Order: sequence, then structure tokens, then C-alpha cells
Amino acid sequence: MYAYAFKRLLHIIPVAIGVSIFCFLLIHIAPGDPLAAILPSDATAEFQAQMRTLYGFDKPLIVQYGLWAMRALQGDLGLSIATGRSVSGEIASAAVNSIILAVAATFIGFTLGALLGFMAGFLRGTWVDRLASSLSILGVCVPHYWLGMVLVVIFSVTLGWLPATGGGPGGSAGRAFDWAYFRYLLLPAITMSVIPMGIIARTVRSLVSDVMAQDFVQTLSAKGQMAPRIIRHVIRNAAPTALSVMGLQLGYLLGGSILIETVFSWPGTGFLLNGAIFTRDLPLLQGTILVLAMFFVSLNLIVDLLQGIIDPRIQRS
Amino acid sequence: MTAIALAAPKRIILRSPGYWKSTFQRLARDKVAMTALGVIAALFLCAIFAPLIAPADPNAASMIRRLRPIGTPNYPLGSDELGRDMLSRLIYGARLSLIIGVTPVPIAFVIGSAIGILAGYAGGLFNTIIMRTVDVFYAFPSVLLAVALSGALGSGLTNTLVSLTVVFIPQIARIAESVTTQVRQLDYVEAARASGAPAYRIILEQVLGNVLAPIFVFATSLISVSMILASGLSFLGLGVRPPDAEWGLMLNTLRTAIYANPLVAILPGVMIFITSISFNLLSDGLRSAMDVKS
Repeated sequence: MYAYAFKRLLHIIPVAIGVSIFCFLLIHIAPGDPLAAILPSDATAEFQAQMRTLYGFDKPLIVQYGLWAMRALQGDLGLSIATGRSVSGEIASAAVNSIILAVAATFIGFTLGALLGFMAGFLRGTWVDRLASSLSILGVCVPHYWLGMVLVVIFSVTLGWLPATGGGPGGSAGRAFDWAYFRYLLLPAITMSVIPMGIIARTVRSLVSDVMAQDFVQTLSAKGQMAPRIIRHVIRNAAPTALSVMGLQLGYLLGGSILIETVFSWPGTGFLLNGAIFTRDLPLLQGTILVLAMFFVSLNLIVDLLQGIIDPRIQRS
Repeated sequence: MTAIALAAPKRIILRSPGYWKSTFQRLARDKVAMTALGVIAALFLCAIFAPLIAPADPNAASMIRRLRPIGTPNYPLGSDELGRDMLSRLIYGARLSLIIGVTPVPIAFVIGSAIGILAGYAGGLFNTIIMRTVDVFYAFPSVLLAVALSGALGSGLTNTLVSLTVVFIPQIARIAESVTTQVRQLDYVEAARASGAPAYRIILEQVLGNVLAPIFVFATSLISVSMILASGLSFLGLGVRPPDAEWGLMLNTLRTAIYANPLVAILPGVMIFITSISFNLLSDGLRSAMDVKS
């Protein structure tokens, strides 16, 4: 196990370095002087020169990267141009909201998707199976930002049941686990859950039908075992892959939440990113993308390790 | 001797219809894929002949005729927040939406296949360097990568195309590399190498024909994703700029009208949905017609 964990960790390090280089270069591929992007437009020439030295923009690119990476490792991602607050602080407060939304969406998507996929795999060729495959195609093809608008039209505009936008009754500050908060979470979480639902349904369906086709399941049913016992065996065999797909989906949802958070004005990292783009707040853009990508990389690592623990066969392959 | 005459030999030897021909025959029998192809063809025709089909000028605004409901005389699908005819804007919108949604995929297909096939064929250090770089891009969810690049480069048609192409190149390169690595170890490639054929000839003659089908099928499946991503970028204000008609951008500007005229506000999304699902179903049909395993 330790050898496996070590190997996965070694694999992650170059990827993490590559991700940080990419994020570092984002400011440099942006048109114009990187300093101009960081400083307010009315900065004096003297102040500009001072900042140029401070940020190290007068040094070679590789040295600049080193300085930037060292600061980033210590949690210093610079200051937001728009607000003047520290980028790490802004991300930290937004990340909580994003995580709540992504976890809620993954929970809904996984529960419904796994149930649907399980029934489809168990009852292959029936209407349940056809429903599951249609839903999984729809889930991948629907522009989810549009689906969000459609749900708002139905549940907020027409029926008036749920609020259309916002991060809670008291804005981003009022997080309480009651119905008043839950009402705000419901529409964005349902919209977001559609993406993993289809993918998980499809994965679970093929896993279940693979396990069902195996000899030991045939033997179990030949020995007269009842369906519940067979189902238990099928779940045990399908669970590791299904869980790892769920973990990856959680990462995709966190990283790709910008569209849905924008539709619902949900005060998470995606919404923060959207604001950073509009105000051309490059340090905030760079920092948010770095954190989200690193989070995705770490989540992949955790999923790999967990999978190795649940299913030791994976460690040897 | 027997009295039974044998049939003319040339009637016995049947010509096999060939790979592409049999693929198209299989595809033509697939009703779902053909319907999807029909929808896509119709969308492209709309885009090409937009000036002939559209009943009105897509940019002619009218402050007194804003947000008319569906079915208003002269405004069959209503009007948008600036009083422009929705039907005409949806028809004209097909142009930019299809350009930004479809174009990145063929470009990424060419570049990604070239990178992946070379890496797969060369192996060794070159392969490691390329595939580690690909891994870095895989560390970003597609939406995040597209937003990061577009956000840094700024909005506009070219920047959108560049960002999306960069998003898809690593994905295609990874598939190309894995199929090439498999083909490279097959006996006929070994034989060609043993007989002294130069690498470029082996790649062109032995490898390419055997790896192109799975890469192609994968690339077609990306068009559906690309449509949603491209319009998503416009929706965020990162794609094409107003007042151009593009479905994602229209969805964005109509968002403010969702209380006033919800049915008109969601129309552009219907177009994105229809296009995306048609490309997805056609790609699925192509996958089974070409007998490529996913």
C-alpha cells in the first residue's frame, strides 16, 4: 500500500508543478504588460517601477516563477485589484459555498444516477434501461446553464416556490442548515446534479451488467440464491469504480461550477472567477484557477488512493 | 464428365464493399443517426442561407417593440430585450454558434492526432515529455481550462477558437497516443520496420490507417461538448461580443428578461441543446457503424 501511495504521489508532483507553471503563465499570455494588469490604471510611474521590482517583473521569467511559486506555497496569491483584499482570503470564503453546492449536487446526482444505472443494468433491455440511457445522453448534452434558466422559469417565475438567485437568505453570510437556506441551494444543486447523474447512471449500468455476466453470479443464481444476496455481491463489485467516478465528478463540478454559479449568483469560486473576468482582475483569476486545479489534482490523488484501499487489485496493475 | 455447367467464375468472386462504403451503409440504416444528420444539415443550411431565410434584420432594434411574446404578428418567435426579431436572430445565430462550436474540433483533431501519433510511435523520452504535458492539461476540468484561457486572452472570436482548440488538443492527443502505442507493437509494423521502411512511411502507411478511425470517432463526440462550451463562454461574456447574434450570448443578454418574457428568454438554449444532442447522436451512430469500442 505504501509503495502504491508513494508511486501515485510521485506521479502527482510533476503534474502539480506543470499546473502551477500554466497558472503563472496566464498573466503573461494576457495581452499587455503584466504589471498593467496588476496595478490600477492611474498608478504613478514611480510606483510602477517600485512594484515592478517588488513583484520581480524586471527579473528573468524563471526567477519570477520561482518567487511566485514560493509565495503561493505560503498561501500568498497576491492582492485582488478590484477589492484590494488578499486573493487567498477571497477564495477561502467563496470555496465553502462552492463545496456545499458541489457536494449537494454530487449527492443528488450519485443517488439518483446510481439507482437508475443499477436498475438499468439489472433489467437490461427493458424500458428502465432505455430511460436510463436516454437520460444519460440528455444529461451530457443539455447546456446546464440553460437548464438552470429553465428551472428558474418553472419554479421561481411561474410557480414562485423557490428563489431564483442568491446564496442564502442573508446573502453569503447567512449559512444555516434550515429550510430557508435549503431553498436557495435546491435549484442550483439540482441543475448541477444533472451532469454527474447521467455519467454515473451509465457507469453503474455497465458495471452492473458486467458483474451480472460473471460466472460467480450465474453460480449464485444456479444455487438458488435469492435476488437480495446477488444484489449484495453486485454492489460489492461495482462500488469501487462507481465511487471513484463520483469522486472525479465532484472535482469536475467544483472546477466547472462557473456557469451554474453565474446563473444563480451563487457566491462560490465560479462566481468569484466570473467577477474576476469582468473586472480583468488577473491576480484573482490566476489564484482561483490555481486553487481549483490543485484541488482537482489532489482529489484525483485521494480517489486513486481510496480505490487502492478498497480494491487491492488496483495497486498491482 | 458431369452435365452441370459451372457458373462463370467472375460471378462467384464477390468484391467486399470496402471499409468506408460499408461504414456508410451501416450508418445509413441507423434511423437515429440519420435524423441527427438531417437536423445538423438543416442547421448548417440555416447558417449559410441566413440572409435568405431570416424574415427580418437580426440587428434591427426597436425600443417600442421590446420583449414581444411568441406569436406576435411580424415577430413569430417574439422579440428580444432590444426589440430585435428572435426568429431572425436564432437563424443568424447559427452562423457564429456553429463556427465557434464546431471549428475547434477539426483543428484540434489534426494537431492532437499528429502529437499523439508521433508520441505513441516514438515512445521513450519524447513520449514521456508529451504525455506529462498532456497530464497537466488533464488536471483542469474542460470548463475551467477554457475559462482560464479565454479569461486571460480576453473575449473575441479568435480567442474563443484558440482556447477551445487548446482544451481539445490534449484530449485527442491522449487517445491518439494510446491507440498508436497498441498498433506500434503489432506484427505488420514490426515487419515494415524490419524491412527497413523509414519511420515516416510506416506512420503514413501502416499506422495512420489503423488509428484514424478511433481518433476520428472520439473527435466527433467532442463536437457536442464543444458546442456547449463555446456557447457557455459567450454566455459568460467571454466569447463573441455584442451585438453579434450567437446563441450563448443571446441567452446571457436575455437573462434579465426572464421575468418579463420567460419563454422567449430560453429559446436560444433550445437551439444549443438541439445542436449538441444531434452531434452526440450522430457521433454515437458513427461509433457503432465504424465498430469502434469506447
